[in-house]
Amino acid sequence: MRGGSTFPVRVRFSKLGKVRWTSHRDVARMFERAFRILELPLEFSEGFSPHPKVSFGLALSTGYESNEEFLDFSLAKPIDLETLPERLTTALPLGMTVNCAVLLDDRVPALQETVTAVEWIFEVGRDDDVAIDVDEFIAAVDAALACDEITIRRSRKGKLVDDDVRGAIRHCTVTSKVGAGTVVCELEVSTQPRSAKPLDVLAAIMQVTPAIGPLVERSVLRMSQWIERDGARLSPLDADARAHIATACAS
Amino acid sequence: MSDLWPRIEPLLAKVEKPARYIGMERGSRQPEWAPHKVAWLLIYPDTYEIGLPNQGLQILYEILNERGDAVAERSYAPWTDMASSMRAKRLPLFSVDTHRAAGDFDVLAFNLSAELVFTNLLEMVDLAGVPVRNEDRRPEHPIVIAGGHSTFNPEPLAEYVDAFVIGEGEEVVSEITEVLAAWKKGGRAGREAVLHDLALIPGVYVPSMYHVEYDGMQIAAIEPRYSDVPAKVDKRTVADLDDWPYPKQQLVPLIEVVHDRLNVEVFRGCTRGCRFCQAGMITRPVRERSEESVRTMVAEGLRRTGYDEVALTSLSTADFSGIEGVVAGLVNDQPGTGQVALSLPSLRVDAFTVGLASQIQKVRRTGLTFAPEAGSWRLRQVINKLVLEDDLYSAVESAYSSGWRRMKLYFLTGLPTEVDEDTLGIAELARNCVEIGRKYNKQASVTVSVGGFVPKAHTPFQWFGQNGVEELRRKIFLLRDNLRPLRGSGVKNQKLSNQVNMKWHDAEASFAEGLCSRGDRRIGRVIERVWRAGGTFQEWSEHFHLDRWLDACAAEGLDPAWFTTRHRHVDEILPWDHITAGLHKDFLWLDWQEALAEHGLPDCRWTPCYDCGVCTDYALEHVVASPIAPAGGSQGTNQDWSNQAEVAVRFLGRKPVPSHLPAAQPDALPDEVAEPIHAVT
Repeated sequence: MRGGSTFPVRVRFSKLGKVRWTSHRDVARMFERAFRILELPLEFSEGFSPHPKVSFGLALSTGYESNEEFLDFSLAKPIDLETLPERLTTALPLGMTVNCAVLLDDRVPALQETVTAVEWIFEVGRDDDVAIDVDEFIAAVDAALACDEITIRRSRKGKLVDDDVRGAIRHCTVTSKVGAGTVVCELEVSTQPRSAKPLDVLAAIMQVTPAIGPLVERSVLRMSQWIERDGARLSPLDADARAHIATACAS
Repeated sequence: MSDLWPRIEPLLAKVEKPARYIGMERGSRQPEWAPHKVAWLLIYPDTYEIGLPNQGLQILYEILNERGDAVAERSYAPWTDMASSMRAKRLPLFSVDTHRAAGDFDVLAFNLSAELVFTNLLEMVDLAGVPVRNEDRRPEHPIVIAGGHSTFNPEPLAEYVDAFVIGEGEEVVSEITEVLAAWKKGGRAGREAVLHDLALIPGVYVPSMYHVEYDGMQIAAIEPRYSDVPAKVDKRTVADLDDWPYPKQQLVPLIEVVHDRLNVEVFRGCTRGCRFCQAGMITRPVRERSEESVRTMVAEGLRRTGYDEVALTSLSTADFSGIEGVVAGLVNDQPGTGQVALSLPSLRVDAFTVGLASQIQKVRRTGLTFAPEAGSWRLRQVINKLVLEDDLYSAVESAYSSGWRRMKLYFLTGLPTEVDEDTLGIAELARNCVEIGRKYNKQASVTVSVGGFVPKAHTPFQWFGQNGVEELRRKIFLLRDNLRPLRGSGVKNQKLSNQVNMKWHDAEASFAEGLCSRGDRRIGRVIERVWRAGGTFQEWSEHFHLDRWLDACAAEGLDPAWFTTRHRHVDEILPWDHITAGLHKDFLWLDWQEALAEHGLPDCRWTPCYDCGVCTDYALEHVVASPIAPAGGSQGTNQDWSNQAEVAVRFLGRKPVPSHLPAAQPDALPDEVAEPIHAVT
């Protein structure tokens, strides 16, 4: 969290089920209301228009689910972190579950800058409901991974831009076939300098192998986020936590 | 009995704002269904963002779910992208609470707060898989009910809605539930019998129980088909708001909606007597909630919802007797986390309101809105919006001097007796306000918002022939051109005009609204044709096409001018004459004549009764916390009202009624004010 903070806290939460159809901004408002419901002693910024010091991690696209989202905020005085996850969960909509809270070191880097890798699992189908042939699909993924660069046109901050997607993909494996004609992919991407979403990866696969047909993501789950620093691969819960404070995680 | 979610979810990836369809709001219910329970689907026929905050729907949602013999869920109009997907996949309209098919419910209950949503009602009934016309429905279909302000002229929807609730719904929904529970228990025999039973409930109007006879274009008679069905349906009114502290658990949506804040209703009804205002006329008398009860609802609501803004709602909140106490309470006892903003929708235009706003607005300076409604004192007397120019200027001066920089002024055009001088008076007022503002701030600006006047049923202006599209447009453009800085015009004018912005409503939409507001049963087929031609979401300009309405009128052989621009005759039977808000028709006619004579009328809360009919007919009383008119006084009109009959006024706290109430101070001329005053404490 930028600037000094009295009692900086990081929480981990999941976003699962119907609530996945809310946006990143909606999630921010859910937390702001939850903080007020619990009357947490939030620390406010200085200045003409004071606002609570809250810092969100990487945005999660509307419609995507996640097992691991993170949020940093700053309190003006210590509170019981043991009970915080459960209390926050009761003040949030169904499907939003806070399962861990840690006290952070002072002046830790912002989540959006410090998370370097994200793991996804998602189901792929065809928009025209034609069954996907698993072998053909695996071949198309391999063809994409064999490229050095795959430039796709995507919308970023409301503008259409041409970006290389291949550079972000660390690995993409087709793990199993579920139900009629869909496949499940496990994907790991780098977030720096520019990340790629499952949707971008599908676009890259279709660009390299147009014959694979109109692929669509059917359900997308962010499995985990990682901070890689000095050769270590750390959970955001461990990376910047104050060592002497026990992590409070709900089972 | 099915949960449609597995079929709904695949559609969501491709529609705008998918969270409109997921429900899950804090405060929402997952009611337990049972065969003996009457299942209500409460429907707001506009987008989720507009419908979710509706307090009326939320109140009924809670009352019904508290009953052992009812369940209530909610539905909002799916946006056009979702509606197309649903039709393509043969997915019916569903509730957002448990995602059940609308057809599983016993009642589809619509909230109609504006006429331009009428086509959406047809769209939603059709999406529910229910025949749109009453006559085609069979016993297995839900009963289609509608309530809300627009049902005070129910006739345009008489062939599409089985039963209308006229007035306030708190009590009547339970009575309807009991009739329907008995009907279900008896095996849902034919619809005629159950509709007949519903027609016997006070406040319920069942159009199929009435026969309308025409004499050419005129209505010759409207008569009940059964001797026990009332010839006139009276509105329902709740006597004491403190008995109904709802909603107790205001819904907190997951996405942004309009009025996205805690809303606490401080009173119902308004007796300021603005002649164009249907809401003020049909919700009489004034019934205040006690100050204590308001403070409790605010404190508990903020704690429960996590909102950081609260609106004290009513038709004119600065008139609430307890306003100063409530505001002081909010300023002083803040919850621990952060600041709470307060908004006060109000009609008053006076320094009192600005003072109130300054008191609560320490941090966030948002806009301030005043509603003088007409550009000249003469016309303001006609419409009984008794704001003197000096009242407005002193309010504006007080606001700019307390630090506001932007101001919005609301006006109507197309009012009775309006001439161009009145219309151009709007520009003059706006420029003068900017000039006052520039004394305090170089960036001072004023936004003028102009709406086309549409006459409404049960108001003194119900006889007035509204301005046609061309005339309304001419007036709007006359004003726009006058406000537009022109080369060669006076320097002062040009400079000031740069800081007057103007917004206006589409004159064509006002025409369609007029057709629905004062139409009779024959207009129903016009509405159906517009809907069949794809005309949903008519309040949204991108979906409104005047040609659809004109074509539909032509196809039905109806002259739209007859319904809109024609002045009604004194002894003509109006399509809504068998519905009453308690206002005597001869009172309304007299008030219409007073309007034409440019005479104002005072607020009867603090002046003697002029016998509009409501209190006397319904044995109701104004319930106000203070026997003294709020700062600034009643609508004093310098006229002597002392020889008028008196009606009892009950004061909160059940104090004995004083036999002689303080009369209005003639020196304290009208003050009215402002709309959302946003403020932060």
